[in-house]
Amino acid sequence: MSTHGGSRPATGRYRDTALLGLALASLTVVSAWSLFIGVSDIGISDLLRAESSRMLLFVESRVPRLAAILLSGSAMGVVGLIMQSLVRNRFVAPTTAGTVDAASLGLVVATIWFAGASVLFKMTVAVIFALAGTALFMALLQRLRYAADIIVIPLIGIMLGGVIQAAATFLALRYDLLQSLSAWTNGDFSGILRGRYELLYLVGTMTVVAYLFANRFTLAGMGRDVAVNLGVNYHRVLYGGMALAASVSAVVVVVVGGIPFLGLVVPNLVTMTMGDNLRRVLPLTAVSGAFFVLVCDIVSRTIRFPYEIPVGTGGGVVGGAIFLALVLRSRFNAG
Amino acid sequence: MIELSGVTKRYGPNTVVNSVSLTVPGGGVTALVGPNGAGKSSLLSMIGRLLPMDEGEIRVDGLDVSRTAGDVLAKKLSILRQENQVAVRLTVKELVEFGRFPHSRGRLTAEDGRHVEEAIDFLELAEFSGRPIDRLSGGQRQRAFIAMVLCQDTDYVLLDEPLNNLDMRHASQTMGLIRRLATELNKTIVIVLHDINFASYHADRVVAMKDGAIVADGTPREIITGLSMAEIFDLEVPVHSYADRPVAAYFAIGSRRLHGQD
Repeated sequence: MSTHGGSRPATGRYRDTALLGLALASLTVVSAWSLFIGVSDIGISDLLRAESSRMLLFVESRVPRLAAILLSGSAMGVVGLIMQSLVRNRFVAPTTAGTVDAASLGLVVATIWFAGASVLFKMTVAVIFALAGTALFMALLQRLRYAADIIVIPLIGIMLGGVIQAAATFLALRYDLLQSLSAWTNGDFSGILRGRYELLYLVGTMTVVAYLFANRFTLAGMGRDVAVNLGVNYHRVLYGGMALAASVSAVVVVVVGGIPFLGLVVPNLVTMTMGDNLRRVLPLTAVSGAFFVLVCDIVSRTIRFPYEIPVGTGGGVVGGAIFLALVLRSRFNAG
Repeated sequence: MIELSGVTKRYGPNTVVNSVSLTVPGGGVTALVGPNGAGKSSLLSMIGRLLPMDEGEIRVDGLDVSRTAGDVLAKKLSILRQENQVAVRLTVKELVEFGRFPHSRGRLTAEDGRHVEEAIDFLELAEFSGRPIDRLSGGQRQRAFIAMVLCQDTDYVLLDEPLNNLDMRHASQTMGLIRRLATELNKTIVIVLHDINFASYHADRVVAMKDGAIVADGTPREIITGLSMAEIFDLEVPVHSYADRPVAAYFAIGSRRLHGQD
């Protein structure tokens, strides 16, 4: 009996490794391919000949763009996973908890009243706003603990986001910043150049930190009683995890802009097949998030070639379709 | 040793636990019994530091539960609440492995692995060990959670109606296992029990609560008598004797009353 029981998780572990290996291999291939997509035709031979203008374009634009995609995609996937675990709701993500909207409001405020400030300062303001927006969402949840069901919680988050966005739009309209606002809410990698994406390494570091705390996030996701019994400081993990998620989202909004559905769809697809043990699913979620954004970016760059559409738009269409399929599936399963 | 002094819990104007003092020396099974709403679960939750108390003090082996660090207490006492309707998709084995978290912090050693295997075998969960807990029956899931607590391997184990959802076979088996934890592994068990007869047969001591206070405290034979049952549960229960233990035949009362009215 016990050998039988022991062998099954082992095969599960092999499957985990195989899946992660497969995902990493696909990501590597598509990443390499993406480096050679663009208006200026760069081939491997150009790089080998080290032709200066092409090489410059490669190093200044293509590589940074890829790095930005990988860093932001993996981080936003992981952040969505953490939020879903902590709030114990599969439809909660930075875009459905008011987090992203609050970050863009922060950017509007920073741009209006601290126009000359550094990017780092504006990012700090955006992070503070994202933290406040997420805290407001959590406070609303606390009050609605008994009434809220699985659909109501994200709806509340979306409504909260709508209100915050209205404030941002009003300010932007007053101060002639509508165009900037739409750039922040709709993610776009076309402006990424060397020197303009490095803040994202901060986000990469936070993703690694999240992995170190994965077990605690899983335990917090099992509810306060179980977490406290096992010696986890529940509130510290809950608020710490949500703060991490809000900060990551804000930094991504500052550098890239919002990417709809990423934090919602990617973690759900991964946990559907691998379960909710974050230590197990977090690496694949990170790789899948990066892959999702990379594919959306490639589609956005090639669909109207030589023009580009923002990756937020492409991601919205692809992610929206997957999300709809997920919701219908869960509705059918429930009914 | 668990020491409670003047422990009080209020919800608004309602006092659910009213200045309870109790000492549970190390070892043995102590059963908390009493009618619904007597404050048993609240009291157990306060000992397990899941519920803050309004007044009083609780010490477990001298550690003040409201002040001692959570991870220190997690190696000393474990608590399992009634409601474990967890929506998290973990396999039975993953859940039980988390019971080792206070010891291993997530890096399972060979010794942790041994504890996990033992706990799974103890609760006859081996054939389900790879199955997600949301796809288990209520009884199987309950056993998985007990296995997790067992795996935590603490000196003090607090259980809130662990036999809920269990059929006759699994209820008696689980209670037998809980008894063995006390007898063989010298653990101190405090258990809220609904069925007074399980308390009668397996507990060393029965503590009866009513309206937030302790109304009776003693061995099963002292507490489970017709007189004290009437006082605790407001119900006249015929008490018989089986295998040298009192048995409360409460299950027959409802219909007998009806017949009596006919």
